[in-house]
Amino acid sequence: MPVRIGVVVFPGSNCDRDTVAALELAGAEPVVLWHERATLDGAAAVVLPGGFAYGDYVRAGVIARFSPVMRAVADFAASGGLVLGICNGFQVLAEAGLVPGALLRNASLRFAGQEVAIAAEWLDTPFTHLIDTRRPLRMPVAHGEGRFYADDATLDALDREGQVIFRYVDAAGERAGPEHPANPNGSLRAIAGVMNAAGNVAGLMPHPERASEALLGSDDGFGIVRSLVESAGRAANSGGQVVGAGAATAGSR
Amino acid sequence: MTVAERPVEPLHRRLGVTDDELHAIRERLGGRNPNDLELAMFSVMWSEHCSYKSSKPLLRTLPTTGEGVVAGPGENAGVISIGDGLAVAFKIESHNHPSAVEPYQGAATGVGGILRDIFTMGARPIAVLDALRFGDPADARTRHLVDGVVRGVGGYGNCVGVPTVGGELVFDPSYTGNPLVNVMAIGLMEERLLTLAAAPGPGNLVVLYGSATGRDGIGGASVLASATFTDDDPSKRPSVQVGDPFAEKLLIEASLELIERGLVEGLQDLGAGGITCATSETADRAGTGIVVDLDAIPRREPGLEPFEVLISESQERMCAAVLPKRWDDVREVCQRWGLPVAIIGRVTADGDITVVEGGLDPDGRRAPGARELARIPARALTSDAIVHHRIAAAPTHRRGAPAPGAPDEVSDRLPERGMDPGAVLLALLGSANLASRHAVFHQYDSTVGADTVAGPGRGAAVLRVKGTTKALVATTDGNGAVGAFDPWLGAALAVAEATRNVSITGARPLGVTNCLNYGDPTRPEAFWQLTEGVRGLADTCLALGLPVTGGNVSLYNESPTGPIAPTAEIGVVGLLGDVATLVGPAFERAHDAVVLVGEAVPGLAGSAYAALAGTAAEDDPPPIDLAREAALQAYIREAIGRGLVASAQDVSGGGLGVALAECAMWGELGADVRVAVDHSPAVDLFGESPSRLVLSCRPRYAAALELLARQHGLPVETIGSVGGDRLVIELTLAGAGGHADERSGSVADALEVPLRELLHAWDHGLARAIGWEG
Repeated sequence: MPVRIGVVVFPGSNCDRDTVAALELAGAEPVVLWHERATLDGAAAVVLPGGFAYGDYVRAGVIARFSPVMRAVADFAASGGLVLGICNGFQVLAEAGLVPGALLRNASLRFAGQEVAIAAEWLDTPFTHLIDTRRPLRMPVAHGEGRFYADDATLDALDREGQVIFRYVDAAGERAGPEHPANPNGSLRAIAGVMNAAGNVAGLMPHPERASEALLGSDDGFGIVRSLVESAGRAANSGGQVVGAGAATAGSR
Repeated sequence: MTVAERPVEPLHRRLGVTDDELHAIRERLGGRNPNDLELAMFSVMWSEHCSYKSSKPLLRTLPTTGEGVVAGPGENAGVISIGDGLAVAFKIESHNHPSAVEPYQGAATGVGGILRDIFTMGARPIAVLDALRFGDPADARTRHLVDGVVRGVGGYGNCVGVPTVGGELVFDPSYTGNPLVNVMAIGLMEERLLTLAAAPGPGNLVVLYGSATGRDGIGGASVLASATFTDDDPSKRPSVQVGDPFAEKLLIEASLELIERGLVEGLQDLGAGGITCATSETADRAGTGIVVDLDAIPRREPGLEPFEVLISESQERMCAAVLPKRWDDVREVCQRWGLPVAIIGRVTADGDITVVEGGLDPDGRRAPGARELARIPARALTSDAIVHHRIAAAPTHRRGAPAPGAPDEVSDRLPERGMDPGAVLLALLGSANLASRHAVFHQYDSTVGADTVAGPGRGAAVLRVKGTTKALVATTDGNGAVGAFDPWLGAALAVAEATRNVSITGARPLGVTNCLNYGDPTRPEAFWQLTEGVRGLADTCLALGLPVTGGNVSLYNESPTGPIAPTAEIGVVGLLGDVATLVGPAFERAHDAVVLVGEAVPGLAGSAYAALAGTAAEDDPPPIDLAREAALQAYIREAIGRGLVASAQDVSGGGLGVALAECAMWGELGADVRVAVDHSPAVDLFGESPSRLVLSCRPRYAAALELLARQHGLPVETIGSVGGDRLVIELTLAGAGGHADERSGSVADALEVPLRELLHAWDHGLARAIGWEG
């Protein structure tokens, strides 16, 4: 029986349908979670998709964190539920304090819509365990505020605790420097995605759901989607708790 | 003359209505004078922008019928069936003058306006293409405009979640004071959901939803779009609309839900002319009237005059005709999407647009004490608006002709006089008009929607159609550089190149949308250019068997620096039956044969090469043979259908040299070819004769490709092979047979450039030209 995965829809979400399609492709049963309702409808995992939640005229994600659905998402996350934020979803998670760091305006001060390469730092998290390789994963980014920022102490802690889940890499697969285009937004330490300390909540700026079919130029993102769906299935069967979260297994890279 | 002595201009002239037009208005009002409010309503509806009063007689000459056409000109967008119960809606429209005044908002609202035209029909917008023209890229004001327009297109399209998948960016000095911002949008719909912009059924409610009405965009159609610029006049700034892409996103979702659930009888977006335009057009189409309850219209601010409410071009608003019993459902949908919604009037049987103050009772009758502010027959504002038969006159002198006695410096830079053709190729690839556009399109989200098979930068855009094996292929094209010499040819080339770029993917072009950008129609030469452009459009569409399904006319594109080069901008959508058969422009594998189809004819005027040489052209642009173009496109579609073709690129800007370089760079594969010099090295290598293709194929298919070409009456030659890390072109002198023979042709000159040098020039050219880093 397909596992139910919630896809949060804010009025300005615009990647919700793409996310639903990719989840279906991975064998899940996506359920749409409207922002005004503080319930997850029995979902075994939740995805916050890309878009401009409430217009994002002030700052990406700043209003969304106060929505009813985010109260339910925060409770779910606190109880160990799997949550993945993509692009605007990552911004919302960061604003809500569910993942560390902040996403600032791109260093170029311009929107970045391009293909990037990222590498998974850990292959044993609920979001990456079906990625079978550490080669660069090609997928699009499309954002104006994606520059990952945290103070040095936090960055050191993230590295130490194994909470950096994806980094931008160059064509050779080496960690990208601070420069465009390999690092599309000037993210510190080339961080493209992070997890919370417990390892059950993750966010990333690139769009795996847009790179889930070879026809669209890359299916490198599908491993992330499939990992989430498979982990959600296990969580559903084991009563909600997630096992094998990255932070607990740091050092196994 | 003192101020006191200056005669006061009568109101109608201040609103842009001529004395003759005022006379015609009186005729349509049964001989009475319009009051001030009515005059304001006429002034926007009879503006060039809304009424097409100068171009209407010309547009009637365009072919508009064809296979699968579901909706054509006159509707918000053209709609063509693509099978499986699906249809594609598409249209291109200009937002030139607003973008010249305020580039960010001008471009942003241009995107918003064309998107509304698409979803008003019941289609979900799936792609945007933006065709942009600016002046000299070294000019500071041009750079300001490019930056603002690009941010505006991105700022709006990225937020509403519609990918920007293609378009053009062209620099030419004629656009310095008057840039062109033409935006094409494409939507996908279930054919059964086709919704028309009509207000049928007397007694039905007229419902306005979306943003509240404010003072922005007062007179946008009449003041901005329908008059020549005297300068970038700050006083025109209030006429530029302000866009709210978040509101548009809500509007899309709410409108598509209303249509899907069958809650509306007709739907119209509010663009130029605001409420006046939406009510009069929908009433006229349905043969009804509408009574508008002025007090019921939600407003952004107090103190708006009635005329401001009625002609405001506040963005992100929609007008629907709704059965009274469906009102509760309509209100629920709008409110769930957070959109203000109000009943602002009733459909009537009297054929008039009536504006009342003081309210309507629940049955739609005028409340006691209500006052009638305006009453105009709907058709007088729209289908029976004035038509002007302008005077056309060809110029007596040829544009671009050298002044008598001018020094012949152009030739000194031509390859035939000894310049290195490799250096010319690099210069062309790095030139502002031919270099990679990635610095621009990387500011756009081109992949949202997860349908983009081929995005911007390398020929036509390709979008898969979910749930089918099909794909839509779309492109835009315009050719002002040639249009300046010959407006018929400029328009013909634009149609030919746009459709060719669709055909070389293997797709069949479905139809054409057009944006006609020309000068002041009261100037006989400018009107002649428009007349010739429409003729070129019609002739080429007839030759290719394609319908024109809609478009837009933008006149008065003139500034103190002069009129723009006449620019017929063409958008084409094609259908590919099986996306697995898609062919791209890049070389695919080493040892493939390189096949050249078509032949060069003399003429460099209007080419990128001539622009690079930097002096007035001394010859004419190469002509087009429309029958050959049709044969070429039929040929390439058949060849791809038979699986013979590995890659296909057309020869256009920069000629054969640039086409070969693009195939090589994009495929990361070099090539070694021989090109016969039938005319001159410049013409054969860099001339832009139309109806030519560079193909690559497995060596064993080359003979079949050649045979098929000859069966279509096309010149064809295998000119070399793919491979290596450099592009090598040997220019050979033509033998007695007219073509070089690989064994006997003597080498006149040669070009050998490593791929990385080609790529470097191409990659960095644009950023360097417009002063952007990276």
